[in-house]
Amino acid sequence: MRVYGVELPSRLLLGTALYPSPAIMTEAIRASGAAVVTVSLRRESGAGEQGAGAGQRFWDLVRDLGLRVLPNTAGCHSVKEAVLTAQMAREVFGTPWIKLEVTGDDDTLQPDVFALVEAARILTADGFQVFPYTTEDLVVAGRLLDAGCEVLMPWGAPIGSGRGLNNPYALRSMRAHFPNVPLVVDAGIGLPSHAAAAMELGYDAVLLNTAVAKAGDPVAMAGAMRRAVEAGRMAYEADPMEARDMAAPSTPVFGTAAFA
Amino acid sequence: MNIVVNGKPRSVAATNLAEVLVELGYTNARVATAHDSEFVPAERRAACRLKEGDKVEILGPMQGG
Repeated sequence: MRVYGVELPSRLLLGTALYPSPAIMTEAIRASGAAVVTVSLRRESGAGEQGAGAGQRFWDLVRDLGLRVLPNTAGCHSVKEAVLTAQMAREVFGTPWIKLEVTGDDDTLQPDVFALVEAARILTADGFQVFPYTTEDLVVAGRLLDAGCEVLMPWGAPIGSGRGLNNPYALRSMRAHFPNVPLVVDAGIGLPSHAAAAMELGYDAVLLNTAVAKAGDPVAMAGAMRRAVEAGRMAYEADPMEARDMAAPSTPVFGTAAFA
Repeated sequence: MNIVVNGKPRSVAATNLAEVLVELGYTNARVATAHDSEFVPAERRAACRLKEGDKVEILGPMQGG
């Protein structure tokens, strides 16, 4: 997969949140084979304050993995918040990549696509390489591309819901409308079968976090997701058969014995 | 001078943003700063003068999805 001129050796992008421990996080990331991990920004405590150094210790762990980081703007509800957070993330993590999230509804964490497009335009003009977390709306997708985005990340289902692909029809339409744009299903994946289904639709990659981090055995689930993404991609490239309504015998009928 | 750092009232001797980071123990930390909701890049912190009641945000790396 190639995005913003960078060839990524894995089609799985993995989040770094919600793991039982830092050690399990790093082991799961390694098991996933992910080439990109998502990270975020929060208030950092000063020396002597409770929680002092936590962010720096986390960063040391991530840096030692040697992977690309994709900072997000999670928690932002406005253009101004998202742009400010992106500017700060660029300085902290030293990358122009930003996973742009602007929340429009707190129950579903559905993106505010109007603010998303505006923030994407501002950030692209400022030299960022924007990965927009969006819905499957085709018109919005077009606006995001117009704003300078070179990748689109539609949701499979609400973040953390584990519901899989809520609207496969719309995701298939998006793939067909934008055949040359890297497309990543981001959020809502709960099982390896969901990840494989996204890849079978021809999506270029899958971004997930909770499905691995909240599994009983995150490291094993990371391995399962890795294989599911690989299998789904291989299946897509193998040009799957068309489904049909009625049976078609796979065993040749020619030469069938007549016993009656 | 009384300012608000990461949502908490703080009394500091510092008069600019760079001095605040030193005074509050962020010397070697990988952080980014904002002053009254505007991003202040590292190289402009020393030129960012503070006044009573100003709001400062100091953000660092955290886990994310």
